[in-house]
Amino acid sequence: MSEAVSTAAKGRARGAGRPGPIRLLLNNTLAASGLVLLVLIIAAALLAPLLPLPDPDATAPADRLLRPLTEGHLLGTDALGRDILSRLVWGTRVSLAVGISATLIAAFFGSLIGLVAGYAGGRVDAFLMRGIDMVMAFPYILLALAIVAALGPGLLNALYAIAVVNIPFFARNIRGITIGLSRREFVDAARLSGKSNAGILFGEILPNVLPVIIITMSTTIGWMILETAGLSFLGLGAQPPQADLGSMLGEGRKILFTAPHVSIIPGLMIFALVMSINLLGDGVRDVLDPRLKSGALTRPVARTAVERRTVPETRTHGDSVLEVADLNTEFHIGGDVYRAVGGIDLHLKQGECLGIVGESGSGKSVTAMSLMGLVPTPPGRITGGAAWLDGEDLFAVSDERIRALRGADVSHVFQDPLSTLHPLFTIGDQLTEAIMAHRPIRRSEADARAEELLRLVRITNPAERLKVYPHELSGGMRQRVCIAMALANDAKIIIADEPTTALDVTVQAQILSLMDTLRRESNAAILFITHDFGVVSAVCDRVAVMYAGRIVETGTTEEVLNAPAHPYTRKLIDCVPVLGEPGRRLDAIEGRPPVVNDLPPGCAFAARCPRVKPDCRRGHIALSSLGDTQAVRCLYPLTGETADD
Amino acid sequence: MTDTPLLEIDTAERVFGGGRTLFGKSLPAVHAVQGISFDVRRGETLGIVGESGCGKSTLARLIVGLDTPTSGAITFDGMDLVAEARRDPQKLAQRVQYVFQDPVASLNPRKTIRTILEAPLKHLLGLDRGAREKRLRELMEAVNLAPEFLERYPHEFSGGQAQRIGIARALAADPELIVLDEPVSALDVSVQAQVLNILDDLKKTFGLTYVFISHDLSVIESVSDRVAVLYFGRLAELGASERIFSAPRHPYTHLLLKSAPVPGKRSLIPEDANTELPDPYDPPQGCAFFARCPRGTDRCKSEQPPLEAAPGHPGHMAACHHPVEENEDA
Ligand SMILES: Nc1ncnc2c1ncn2[C@@H]1O[C@H](COP(=O)(O)OP(=O)(O)OP(=O)(O)O)[C@@H](O)[C@H]1O
Ligand code: SF4
Ligand code: SF4
Ligand SMILES: [Mg+2]
Repeated sequence: MSEAVSTAAKGRARGAGRPGPIRLLLNNTLAASGLVLLVLIIAAALLAPLLPLPDPDATAPADRLLRPLTEGHLLGTDALGRDILSRLVWGTRVSLAVGISATLIAAFFGSLIGLVAGYAGGRVDAFLMRGIDMVMAFPYILLALAIVAALGPGLLNALYAIAVVNIPFFARNIRGITIGLSRREFVDAARLSGKSNAGILFGEILPNVLPVIIITMSTTIGWMILETAGLSFLGLGAQPPQADLGSMLGEGRKILFTAPHVSIIPGLMIFALVMSINLLGDGVRDVLDPRLKSGALTRPVARTAVERRTVPETRTHGDSVLEVADLNTEFHIGGDVYRAVGGIDLHLKQGECLGIVGESGSGKSVTAMSLMGLVPTPPGRITGGAAWLDGEDLFAVSDERIRALRGADVSHVFQDPLSTLHPLFTIGDQLTEAIMAHRPIRRSEADARAEELLRLVRITNPAERLKVYPHELSGGMRQRVCIAMALANDAKIIIADEPTTALDVTVQAQILSLMDTLRRESNAAILFITHDFGVVSAVCDRVAVMYAGRIVETGTTEEVLNAPAHPYTRKLIDCVPVLGEPGRRLDAIEGRPPVVNDLPPGCAFAARCPRVKPDCRRGHIALSSLGDTQAVRCLYPLTGETADD
Repeated sequence: MTDTPLLEIDTAERVFGGGRTLFGKSLPAVHAVQGISFDVRRGETLGIVGESGCGKSTLARLIVGLDTPTSGAITFDGMDLVAEARRDPQKLAQRVQYVFQDPVASLNPRKTIRTILEAPLKHLLGLDRGAREKRLRELMEAVNLAPEFLERYPHEFSGGQAQRIGIARALAADPELIVLDEPVSALDVSVQAQVLNILDDLKKTFGLTYVFISHDLSVIESVSDRVAVLYFGRLAELGASERIFSAPRHPYTHLLLKSAPVPGKRSLIPEDANTELPDPYDPPQGCAFFARCPRGTDRCKSEQPPLEAAPGHPGHMAACHHPVEENEDA
């Protein structure tokens, strides 16, 4: 039940924090002006029969070629004396109708072909796509001309021609997406739920493709209107006396110099129409594109914004290479403030390895990324605290200094080696570049150093391996290359964020023992982020347990593992199966961690804690010492006698 | 648990790729699963463990009929599973179900939980509205989720909740066998325990049989009655869980156990970092583990080791020419 409540709270938070799609669209000035213009044009076109306009086809030779703003003819008249305003409104109506119908036809048939080809694959796919390729092999407008030539000129035939030439565009787009979706697990799941192929294609895949179809439509409709106008301009579309924008432009062409308004006015209308549709279409695409959904539409800056409300002054651990005091990092999304890191203290000596353990979302990565300003701004910002690297406050130094330190004094190893390695450059190129970026040495020296680094991380035949590309190496070897890169410039601190989580156990064991040896050899300190106490045991001297953005317990690895004092640490240790103890029923922690935009007062773990008492929910709880090295943030910590309840 | 096999796999093989181009050049082929034979007994949990790319998921898909073996036979309760999957997939899906590794990816983002869970009730069992409603409540109860969740969309759920919905869907048609493909790997440790406990309860309540796949040895040890260790598409070792974890015979099982990090274990003993993994496009002629094996001999290099029982333990099989005996220290 408690879970239902917490999701409800989260749902509410999401609703308030993230603007809805309509608001996002209206925030985009260009898209909003496109929308306004388009609504005006469409309204005029729809209301044409009701507007007090003269008959668009009524000729009046006496009144021919009147200039705009003449009495009775706001926009003047054309070569046959017809009212241009009236023809413009009626012509827009025709052009819009043809453009929209052509888009709908092309979208329907194109998407259908794309869906079937992408889902069926194999021969059906090959057959359909070869057909599409054949259509695409002809130059676009030539094909349209050929179709109209075959069917005879006329507005309806122009419509068919435009629709046909646009089918391949939809078919190819939709096919690509369908192929991706067909391999997704939910399709297999639907099959195992007994759904037929048609049921899966139209019931499971289509709803996911629909937004893409709509985006594609909104971005192509403008072009289709333009193409229809083109055919009419050439005399192959609308036939006299019927007006559409293209034919009006075509009729005005011959008298461009004597009466320019006859062609300029429909020209401007085409421009306004296509422009407004495209602006709106781009806006719609931005809103529906999930990659842009997460935050503001602005690009993050290269270093996290620092807006400290409090700056601690004194260092307490003089002998440490890195000391972090009262670090606070927040994310501001919509009106919500997520306190991802809420007051972290850390210190690391030379050659020491400190483990940070905690569940997903507890703020481990944000803590580590805050140090070198790698948290994206917006929405992130550092709102308090200090981080001293050998006495230098990392949050106060210049951007150049941070850039010089990144990859040199402080280096990172991430979970996914491919996020660090560039796929198109050899290992050697990337290593030498990392070396030369930080010191003025010659290429040949850097090459020699790169080879030495690979040998250091125990890669055999390093001279040859320098020439290979990342994809030619196994996952474990790639991670070793990343570690070599982290060591390239004699780092004082290596921040390793779950470096072995994606690896197989045998490879993990190799990487862990490698890191353990290297830190002893090079004396670099390691900040090791993981969720696995087994991994902590293997490499860390000390460990800090995080919960909801704070450290709840810290101490030497032995202390924390053998005598955890915080109820959360105890539970976290007991909920994992341990090799060699198969019979034990796992002690699950019910419920979920609190969402960090709505932390309860007092202990953040209170809702899940078996030892909770009323005063746990009141006021701030400080980290208090238990002996020399261990400290715990709990009012009723587990001590020796009660540790096993 | 009885000794009658519910599922029998006989020298199953699945080859991807292969064949020839238009010009007769042969295309590279990968043997994802090779000559695998084992039984799953009614009511037991068979754990399958192995590293990435060893063919665990391919095997799982063969068992639920989502994929077809290139050769070999799979028999479910006396009936030819491969033929049944082709003839009447719905009928098979009523009896054999699957839980996916990625809980969120296995739920269609545009469907409510109700629609997702109703699909098997409608298509597999043909239940009417009232009966469906009743069954939905039972299912949500079984996986310990509030009924309000039925009207929500998958993105509103945490990984653990999404996986419980995946389990509810697999349970919906009241199957006999459930294949769980890394069901807890994507979950946070605290949530992992919730899901493992639920799976344990469901098995007892509904008398289920599990094939439980994982790369995590400690998870496999805690859930399995018997364990199969896979290496490079083949069975390396098969036997009762206690035997595999206390007296492993295959050098690869030894390596796995040595490499696993355990809280309180200060140092891991890694194997030599320079060993080469076998190339799936050019598999070695003899034992695939030869390049990494400390016990290998010339015989291992040329001759594929057969799966043989340990002396005195007919159910404990290992594919190794020189297995580790109980009284020696590997
Ligand atoms: N770019 C971002 N924008 C908004 N919120 C973010 C961003 N990055 C992280 N957060 C939030 O900050 C909090 C801490 O996240 P963090 O990534 O540090 O967790 P973690 O402990 O590293 O988890 P995991 O084990 O999953 O890696 C979470 O609530 C997360 O949603
Ligand atoms: S402070 Fe209270 S609620 Fe929090 S962990 Fe300690 S005993 Fe539990
Ligand atoms: S058959 Fe030989 S090489 Fe293979 S595992 Fe056994 S001893 Fe090692
Ligand atoms: Mg992280």
